Amino acid sequence: MGNEKRIKVLIAKPGLDGHDRGAKVVAQALKAAGMEVIYSGLHKTVDQIVNIAIQEDVDVIGLSIMSGAHIPISQRLFKRLEEKGVTDKAVFVGGVIPGQDIPKLKEIGVAGVFPGGTPLSETIEFLKNTVKKA
Amino acid sequence: MAVPRYIKDEKDQILDVILESGIHVKPSYSPEDLKRIGFDYEKDVADPGKYPFTRGIHPLGYRSRAWTTRQYTGFGTPEETNQRFLLMISHGQTGLNVAFDLPTQMGYDSDDPMAEGEVGRVGMAVDTLRDFEIAFKDIKLDKIGAGLTINAVASIMLAMYQAVAEKYGYDAKMISATPQNDILKEMIGRGAWIFPVEPAVKLIGDTIEYSMTTMPRTNPVSVCGYHIRESGATPAQEIAYAILIANAYIDNVLARGYDVDDFVGRFSFNLNVFGNMWEQIAKFRAARKLWARNLKEKYNVKKTQNLFLRGLFGGGGYGLTKAQPENNIMRGAYYALVAALSGAQTTALCSFDEAYTIPTPRSALISLRTLQLLMDEMGLRDTVDPLAGSYFIETLTKEMEQKIEEEMEKIVKYGGIVKAVADGYIQRLVARQAFEVEKGLESGELLKVGVNIYKEGTPMDVELHEYNYESAEKQIESLRKVKMERSSSEVARTLKELERVTREGKNVMPALVECCKAYATVGEMTGIFRQIFGEFQEPSLF
Repeated sequence: MGNEKRIKVLIAKPGLDGHDRGAKVVAQALKAAGMEVIYSGLHKTVDQIVNIAIQEDVDVIGLSIMSGAHIPISQRLFKRLEEKGVTDKAVFVGGVIPGQDIPKLKEIGVAGVFPGGTPLSETIEFLKNTVKKA
Repeated sequence: MAVPRYIKDEKDQILDVILESGIHVKPSYSPEDLKRIGFDYEKDVADPGKYPFTRGIHPLGYRSRAWTTRQYTGFGTPEETNQRFLLMISHGQTGLNVAFDLPTQMGYDSDDPMAEGEVGRVGMAVDTLRDFEIAFKDIKLDKIGAGLTINAVASIMLAMYQAVAEKYGYDAKMISATPQNDILKEMIGRGAWIFPVEPAVKLIGDTIEYSMTTMPRTNPVSVCGYHIRESGATPAQEIAYAILIANAYIDNVLARGYDVDDFVGRFSFNLNVFGNMWEQIAKFRAARKLWARNLKEKYNVKKTQNLFLRGLFGGGGYGLTKAQPENNIMRGAYYALVAALSGAQTTALCSFDEAYTIPTPRSALISLRTLQLLMDEMGLRDTVDPLAGSYFIETLTKEMEQKIEEEMEKIVKYGGIVKAVADGYIQRLVARQAFEVEKGLESGELLKVGVNIYKEGTPMDVELHEYNYESAEKQIESLRKVKMERSSSEVARTLKELERVTREGKNVMPALVECCKAYATVGEMTGIFRQIFGEFQEPSLF
């Protein structure tokens, strides 16, 4: 454990949606699990999120979306990451996500989808495994 | 503050019950408990319609009038929303509660790049008066009131509501709008804020001041403990913060030289119903009492009817689960029962599919029927405050009152509600409580059916509302048409006037009404405010 690098996560609230209970709970849970967490705050554009992720050199970007716009937002994020030549960051999405959209998000490149009601332990476990593999 | 908890022995016998507000519940209550808390019927409770209104604000309760039903409704284009309004009204709904899409709530037009992917998604898109003309077509605006669930730009929507009413031939004095218009709670939870605290509160003051004479039947502000509770606050914090927030708005209007009795009677509240049912019922009873006492003792309010806490008690969103969604129908029924037992003036329920997306017509009608059958079938209209006099409920109401006062004192000691919100102090308290509750769910200390207990079952298929991308295109096209047809010189003139009064710190409402009538867009009006006021800087929490 001692020499292991702490996982660094950006929890981001893209777009206009301001429901942040879930994002703040996940941020606190990841912190409690020993990760370094940066919270973007509300109403961030995809560009702003990508810039924070690059500046802070995070391992993972977590998007919290409750408005239903998770597909267009995720598409924009991956497009922007590609334009910036960023390939080393895993992306996960949480929020109000209907089951039928999960395969679509994975197709876009999202590594993990955690709809409301997912146990925190599952998200933590996922991040640990994903970052180890990368 | 605590995770609601049941302490049990190995045989599953309950040893202690701890409510979310931190109150311990005893196995049974007796006259001894009333003695212990110093219960005095006249002082603590009194008859319905009498100060401190613990039992309710009207002597005859639902006998004189059943509650108003107001399902939160709106999506896509104004045409689609208008059809849904008419559908709900044709099924006996007695009020409207308009859902706006996020671009509208945040003051962006449908063709703004910031609106991409969000137009018409969680509510209806509104760019200009043309959209209100369509949305409120064939609705009797002098007979049915409309809640406008919008906050940062509530002043604009209230102006637009006046403009549409006048366009359809109604006197502004006859219409009854209830813009939500509570920006401090947006900064604590829900997050649809734009401007910094000070100008944002000033805009609310403007709407209250303006309504007094121009729209006296309008309820210019609906103070929402609701979303604060959704964000994680305990029931005691929910009421404590709501009262302090309401006081901040009162103070703004008093500073303009008005008498409190001229306006405070039009305040209303929006409070949440999920959680332990006894705790919620005690919460509502204590809230009525504390609000009345606050107005009488702190503000010296004279007129009896101005001391009423008039409220929408409903929703319950956080209580609903994605797992086994049909269970949410039952949850909604119990939440509605809580609201009825607590004497709600108005109610609405989150529909069973809302853990997935906005409701279908079917799920919205199930919610409406739930509310109707409670009033018309189950006897909830028979007698006022039926739980009064229960040793348990009266003791709990008194204990809740104390917990709420403790939470209020914490904020006052910190330096007041405005500072506590601007600094993020309350946001931190609420986020921490949300995390505690989540840990309770995870550990099983807090039980939730379908989530951490009774998880087995047939997977349920839910028919979901589908977002229509064509609606967004239609809306953008309609905006383009309005922009071509309107008089650009009239738009420029009215916007210039808005800019002038905003810079001079005058009441913006008359200028906003003129802008709306000239078909200025929500984005254009908000743009002026953005330019002059700047934007709220969210305090960092972690």
